[in-house]
Formats: sequence, C-alpha cells, structure tokens
Amino acid sequence: MSGLAVERVSKSFGDLDVLRDLELIVEPGEFAAVIGPSGSGKSTLFNLVSGLDRPTSGRVLVEGEPAGVASGKVAYMPQKDLLFPWRTVLDNTALGLEAQGVRKKEARARADALFADFGLDGFQQAYPSQLSGGMRQRAALLRTVVLERPVLLLDEPFGALDSLTRTEMQLWLAGMWQRHRWTVVLVTHDIRESVLLADTVHVLSPRPATVVDRVEVPLPRPRGADDFTAPQFAATERRILDSLRGTAAVGAA
Amino acid sequence: MLRSLWPPLLVLAVVVGGWQLYVTTAGVDPTTLPSPARVAEQGWLNRRDLWDQTLPTLQETLLGFALSFAAAWLVAVVLDFSAAARRGLYPLLVASQTIPVVAVAPLLIIWFGFGLLPKMLVVTLTTFFPLAANLAAGFAATDREAMRLLRSLGAGRWRAFRLVRVPSAMPYFFAGLRVSITYAVVGAVFAEYAGAESGLGIYLQAQKSAFRTDLVFAAVAVTAALSIALFGATCLLQRLVLPWERKERRS
Repeated sequence: MSGLAVERVSKSFGDLDVLRDLELIVEPGEFAAVIGPSGSGKSTLFNLVSGLDRPTSGRVLVEGEPAGVASGKVAYMPQKDLLFPWRTVLDNTALGLEAQGVRKKEARARADALFADFGLDGFQQAYPSQLSGGMRQRAALLRTVVLERPVLLLDEPFGALDSLTRTEMQLWLAGMWQRHRWTVVLVTHDIRESVLLADTVHVLSPRPATVVDRVEVPLPRPRGADDFTAPQFAATERRILDSLRGTAAVGAA
Repeated sequence: MLRSLWPPLLVLAVVVGGWQLYVTTAGVDPTTLPSPARVAEQGWLNRRDLWDQTLPTLQETLLGFALSFAAAWLVAVVLDFSAAARRGLYPLLVASQTIPVVAVAPLLIIWFGFGLLPKMLVVTLTTFFPLAANLAAGFAATDREAMRLLRSLGAGRWRAFRLVRVPSAMPYFFAGLRVSITYAVVGAVFAEYAGAESGLGIYLQAQKSAFRTDLVFAAVAVTAALSIALFGATCLLQRLVLPWERKERRS
C-alpha cells in the first residue's frame, strides 16, 4: 500500500480546469518533490492531499483511505511559518497537537522532546520574533512533525528565506530526513532544492496541470553539500529544467 | 514609561504657569476664571465633598463599562460566527452611532428613574461601539492561512476561534479599549448632568449655579484624573495580557 496515491485526479473551479488526470504515487518513506511553473495548481493539489478540498473526479488516497481533514493522516506545513506572535516557541510547536484536541500539558511535553533534535533547545520560552528566519522554519517543521502523521506535506517551506539560509536549511532537512525517513511531499519551484532532497521529482505542466515527467534522482544517500557539484546533480537539474521548459512551450502554443 | 511622561507634563506645567501668571497680573475676578492655585486650594479644602461625589461616578463608570464589555464580546462573537448577523446587524450598529447620547440620556432617566441603571446605560452606549467594532475587526483580520492550517489539523470552529481568532484579535481589542475607557467617565458625568442624586456631574452643576468656578475646575480636574487613571490601567493590563508585544517591538 502506498503512502499517498493521487489517482487520475481532476479539479475545476467553474470553467477553470486547474488539474487534469493527475497521477502521483509516493511510497512510504519516500521523499517526493512536486515542481511546476507558478500558477500550475500546486496549491490546489495541496488542498486535495491535505483534505481541505475534494477532487472533481478521481481519488486521493492516503494509506489507502480517502484524504480528509478528519482522517488525520497528513500534516501540512504552509509556505508562511505561521508562528503566532502571542505564543512562545514551545507553545507554537504544540499548537498542532492542541488543535487536534491533545491536552496542553501533554502537547507541550511531546513538542519539547523534539527541540534538541531540531536545534531549537533553549528557545522554548522565546517568542517567534526573537528567532532567525531559519529557526522559525525549523519550529514550523517541528510543529508539523510532532503530529506523527504518516505523510508530511511541505509547501515551499524555504521560499521566503534568503539564499544562504535556504541552502543551509535544505542541507539540514536532508540530514533530518536521513535519520527519520518521513514520507514527504515537497512542493517547490526550486529545481536545486528538489534534486538535493527528493528521491523522485514530479514535474507538472502549466494549467490544467498534469505530471509531464518523473525524474528519479540518481544521487546516493546520505546527501550533502558535496552533491551540489556532482555531475549527476547537474544532469538531473538539466533534465528537470528541460521538462519544465518543454511544457512551457506547449502552454504557449 | 517615565521618558514619555515628562514632555506632556512639561507642556502642562507651562500652560498652568501661564494661566496663574495671567490671572494674578491681570487681576481677573475669581468667579470668572480662578487661578490654578485657588482651584487647588479650594479643591483640597472641599476634598471630602469631592471624594463623596467621585465614588458614585466611579461606580457608574465601572459598572457601565463592565456591561459594555460583556455586550461588545457577545455582539462581536455573534458577528464573527454568523454572516447573516454581519449583514443584518453591523450596518445598524454603525447607524446607531449617529444617535446623539444628549437626546437619549433624558429619555433613559424618564424610563429608568434617577438611579444607577440609566447612568450605566449611558456609559454603555458611549463605550460599546469602539469596543465591539474593534473586536469584530480583530476577529476578521485573522490570517486566513492560519485558519486553513487549523482546519487541516482537524480543529473545529470553536477550537480554531479560541486558539487563533481570539488571541490575534487582542491588539485590536485593546486599541478599542483604550479609546472607549476615555469616553466612559465623561459618559457617566454627562448622565448625571441629565438627572441624578449624586455624582461629579451633579456636583459640577451645583457649583456652577453657585458661581463657584474654582470648584467646577476642581471637579473637572478630578474627572480628568479619573479618566487618565483608567487609561493607565488598560495600558498596564495590555502589558500583562500581551507580554509578547513588547518583545516584538524590541527585536
């Protein structure tokens, strides 16, 4: 049984076809990246997988069950860190559990247990405004991971960071994934990010989006900064870029 | 705190000093314009009287404000939960602000007599709108992404309301609280003007009729001091309830 199966999913809003016959399989423990031109319906796909919205046709299955908010199988990390300024970092990371109805004390204890692993130890009682951009994203990921849901859905998690911090965070996430082997779906428009992190990169076409290419990243694990200069890295980047540009030409025609 | 306090105090000292100088050098009749020194002196001599009249005013202010506070929360929560209420109620709330309290206060006296209730209601009427409107605006300004996140986590409406909408509305709410608390004392004094047995409003009226201009000024000073004290209390409360605001400003 796959972790996530998106089966011939279409979604339209009125006359606007956003997704068409989209297929996406992610195995348990796999790191998948979804990359596509902007406006290609990535966030629509996100809403379907997280259960916030329903497909017009087709099925979205998480561990064999239809995706839904109530099933509690997908943990979603939005683009913005959405740390609340009125909560301490610890209380922010416990928020997801509290939202599911876990008692505050237990939620805090479970979140606190992960602080060292996420490099945030000592900042439990700080407020988000006192954290750096990278730390804020780590806290947002902690809030997502502590839910222990089978699938992690990351929506351009490092998109708002400066390029140096972004690279550091990507390397950090590669290391974290190596140890935890979460099932991850990463939506991004950063080719380099997708190659560094993912096992498989799914390339979307412009609207109505469908998967036009699946690229298996041939780089061995664990991956690190050295991989950026590997010949296969550049070759994979090139292949994804070609797929994206090829679809762009189709869209323009 | 102290650093932001001394400039207005300095300006006030200059104004009061100029006033004192003018009255003494020009020899103005004290029933027309008493000197600040005389106001202070007479106010001090009549401190028992003033204090006795301040207590009922303070009571009306606090009770009326408590009522306003409760009503504002109730209305703002209803407006937030029901789009129908928003469409049906909100325009009327705005329109209600065009009704002059000057006209309503005597009616309240006719309906409810000279007791506490009509004064409470005048205070409530003058302070309710800034509270309710700010609170409702605060709820509505909640980050939509944050609500989506909560929903994706399976939080129901009430839990999302409690975890996100209420705390994120707090800065707005306190902005409304600071505005309306300054209206509150004035509202109570005005209600007493319209008819009462005791209170600073009645005291003002009586001293004016007796040409005790100095005591009128003394009562006005007490009213102002009361408003400033309540304003200060809300600022203090905000610091206690929203400790993160100051940390945010500092970083």
